[in-house]
Amino acid sequence: MSGSVERERQTTMSTELLAQQARGQSSTQTPRSQTPPAERSKQLQRRREVHRGSLLVANFASAFESLWANRLRSLLTTLGVVIGVAAVIAAVTLTQGASVLIQARLSVLGTNTLLIVPGAATSSGAFSSLGSQQSLTQGDADALAAIPHVVQVSPVLSLGAQVIYGSQNWNTRIQGVYPGYQQIQGWEIASGRWLNAHDELAGLPVAVLGQVVANSLFGPSGTNPVGQTIRIGSQMFRVVGVLQPKGSFGAFTQDDVVFVPFTAAVIRLKNTGYVDQIQVLVDRAEHVDAVQRAVDATLLKRHRINAGSPADFQIRNANQLLQTAQQATQTLTLLLVGIAGISLTVGGIGIMNIMLVSVTERTREIGIRMAVGARRRDIRNQFLIEALTLSSLGGILGIILGLLVGWLMTTNFGVPFVPQPLSILLAFGVSALVGVTFGFYPAVRAARLDPIIALRTE
Amino acid sequence: MSDREVQLVQGNEQSVSVTQRRPPIVLVRNLTKVYHLGETSVPALRGVSLTVRAGEFVAIMGPSGSGKTTFMNLLGCLDRPTSGDYWLVGRKVSQMTPDELADVRNRRIGFVFQGFHLLARSTALQNVALPLMYAGLSRAEQERRARRALELVGLGSRLHHRPSQLSGGQQQRVAIARALVNNPALLLADEPTGNLDSRTSIEIMAILQALNARGLTIVLVTHEADIAAYARRRILFRDGQIVSDEPVTATRSAQEELLQFYQASPASSDGYRALPAEKEP
Repeated sequence: MSGSVERERQTTMSTELLAQQARGQSSTQTPRSQTPPAERSKQLQRRREVHRGSLLVANFASAFESLWANRLRSLLTTLGVVIGVAAVIAAVTLTQGASVLIQARLSVLGTNTLLIVPGAATSSGAFSSLGSQQSLTQGDADALAAIPHVVQVSPVLSLGAQVIYGSQNWNTRIQGVYPGYQQIQGWEIASGRWLNAHDELAGLPVAVLGQVVANSLFGPSGTNPVGQTIRIGSQMFRVVGVLQPKGSFGAFTQDDVVFVPFTAAVIRLKNTGYVDQIQVLVDRAEHVDAVQRAVDATLLKRHRINAGSPADFQIRNANQLLQTAQQATQTLTLLLVGIAGISLTVGGIGIMNIMLVSVTERTREIGIRMAVGARRRDIRNQFLIEALTLSSLGGILGIILGLLVGWLMTTNFGVPFVPQPLSILLAFGVSALVGVTFGFYPAVRAARLDPIIALRTE
Repeated sequence: MSDREVQLVQGNEQSVSVTQRRPPIVLVRNLTKVYHLGETSVPALRGVSLTVRAGEFVAIMGPSGSGKTTFMNLLGCLDRPTSGDYWLVGRKVSQMTPDELADVRNRRIGFVFQGFHLLARSTALQNVALPLMYAGLSRAEQERRARRALELVGLGSRLHHRPSQLSGGQQQRVAIARALVNNPALLLADEPTGNLDSRTSIEIMAILQALNARGLTIVLVTHEADIAAYARRRILFRDGQIVSDEPVTATRSAQEELLQFYQASPASSDGYRALPAEKEP
């Protein structure tokens, strides 16, 4: 039945054509003969450039269509790019998190601060052996106070001890410091007061608690710590103040500390003639280098060390340590970039391979497009865009996967999750570049096809 | 029978005299093409000269190897001649670069192939819009004109069908719409009915005849004398040369044959069934 309906409609159509024939003999011919060919050609040329955008849109649409038609193949092809990008993004996220952590640790020192620790410099410059050797004294610290541009100096005597209040006890770090230490490290008081000069001179058993310690000892009972007496080791100390929290990064917290007057620490907690470190605050950042040299000269003289002999102390400032850490991070980043380069190259070769297959499969389509007027560059662009789409999609997938893995890893390692917009953008750009680079040869091969041979291909 | 034929012949002679005053669409002089297969050179065309004027309907015939396909490729600007000149609508195309030839194919020539040559993943509308896309028209204009071309060939209701959802005849009509959509000066049909049953072939020829009647210049390559009989001028190729060039004395009218089919089928269904019916997908 449907066949007869079809016939009827076709006949109607043909009748319509015949009717049009009767009305006007050559409607298609008239406009062409009126316009000179050269003029018309120019018009067409201009028109052709105006709406290139629609061709671009069509190219992207056809690229998506063709990639979707071979979903599995496209996914497998772009897997190289996905893995490469994901690995880089994950690794960059992790190293960035670690480097933020390192910076946070180092910023404890402050940028205008010099840190002098006993012991000879090791070749790597790592400061693993803090206070392992004894060479610095309180006298050294006092001598440094005379150097110009030095604002504050404080020796630091560190020990680990158990702190007890009532039924609560807490293992923490006790630091004996001068009153000036507050300014060096920028500690803020939450309640009570900081150590004063009188405490120091008299060696009074008073203590200022970090937030973590205060919470641990006094949180359960809800008592105000200020004015209470705690026991550090076997000695009784009166709490005079609690510090504002400075915050923590991952497993590292700065607030798990108790400060006592330096003299009190020496007399009551750790009887020693040496100090674990000396911290020096310089008035302005540009004087840090000069002060460092003066500190060096002063200490060498005091320790009677001749020029050329190894010093028995090290002077560090936060910037140097930061640089060391950054160098390590940079080396790691370079390594990652190398791995990513290899992975993306392999991914790119995969894309080139599949694009060559695609060109071969679609030879007839290329012939058809050429027959209806596609220029070589149109064909080339079509396949370039397809390769670009493939690799960019791989890049996007890789970025998502990489961020996911990076997030999981940073969360597991207690490192802050810091996605880097620049590295994400860069990863996307590189994956797009991979597509264009490796898609170029197949695209040019497609564009160079002979339309006759292409049309004849089945 | 004889009455009608006489009328048709007279009609033909009239149109021939009209067309001779029209400008030449195709002007070919001493065209040769030599293929090089390793050491040996094979001459496919040995000096062909031909003029096709606006509004003509020319059938090119010849056995395989006669050079008619090579000549078709040259006419279609798909290939360049070894020597000789070819002017298409007054422009010398025989020495153009590949990109210039692409422009000419885009604007001046419409192709209809034996194998339809449609993009399988694209709809009828997208297939027809393809030349307009390369011509750089806006999307709205592409769609408007593609829709109009499809309506002209009677496929206005199948705009969004893919080739696999269309019958052979419908696919070929999509191809014709695609060939027409850029208002070409010349329609080249290479065995357009080669893959179709005879009834569908007549339908396709009816469309071509109607288009020709509207003034479209058509060059048709076929090896079937039946099909060539729908044209008004017949050129015979042999061994790379034109051996005969004469008007078709008794041009068949596909439209009338179709009407006869249509009138005959309700009365004598047996006669209709003798022909393979066009299958609906």
